[in-house]
Amino acid sequence: MGTPLVFIILAIVAIVAAIMMVTSHNAVHSALWLVLNFSTIAVFYIVLNAPFIAMVQITVYAGAIMVLFLFVIMLLGAEQLRGPGGATGGERIQRFVAGVLGLLLLAAIGLMLFTTEGTGTAVASLPTLDSSPQALGFALFENYVFPFEVTGILLIAAIIGVAVFSLRKTKKRGEQA
Amino acid sequence: MTVTVEWYIALSVILFTIGAVGVLVRRNAIIIFMCIEMMLNSANLLFVAFARQLGDIDGQVLVFFVIVVAAAEVAVGLALIVTIFRTKRSINIDEINLMKG
Repeated sequence: MGTPLVFIILAIVAIVAAIMMVTSHNAVHSALWLVLNFSTIAVFYIVLNAPFIAMVQITVYAGAIMVLFLFVIMLLGAEQLRGPGGATGGERIQRFVAGVLGLLLLAAIGLMLFTTEGTGTAVASLPTLDSSPQALGFALFENYVFPFEVTGILLIAAIIGVAVFSLRKTKKRGEQA
Repeated sequence: MTVTVEWYIALSVILFTIGAVGVLVRRNAIIIFMCIEMMLNSANLLFVAFARQLGDIDGQVLVFFVIVVAAAEVAVGLALIVTIFRTKRSINIDEINLMKG
């Protein structure tokens, strides 16, 4: 049907947003390009029959994480910092080597993709899996209870860590006064 | 020409490579952080594509966990960057080269 067209359009938007994010001189522009990239990936999740994960992606990634990034960028005034232009000699060599390595990685994966036998079946024609929140909850709480609890501990550790980071400075001021 | 799972592998690898080259090239710590997030996202896309391909919901459960870990890591990492900025007044990673202070 029209699925190659949808995939190609979404893929072009995602790749262009990614390249613009990496090469933008302004940090706020980079963050906004990344929000566009995340939203396109969320649309990919919907195409791949994962609507709950798509909504989680938009809510957590594009909604919370990118807002946190934008807050920190505004707080530090990072949009005024130097972009990738005006490189010194050493930086130019680094950039060239990074580009070569990236092309090598792409070539290696491309070689693997084009020489091995493909699966041949369209993704859209496969039987759809039950990806409702109920099915996800059953899988999460029947098979993955232990990682679930561990991520709870991880989140508490992260929250306490961030609070300690922001507490230390004011405590020092109190002791010096 | 149908959309097979190799198309998703190719897209995920392209996004991952753009993120990896971004980490190597950029000097601003926050942009490097955002490129790391994009690499995590490309892996998530591959997880969901293979969950669809193999008919197994476990791929989406793993994406759930990756998103949770990424959120926690972003919070702690940005707190670190803010703390470094308080003393060094710069987040250019070329200037954060002393272990003290």
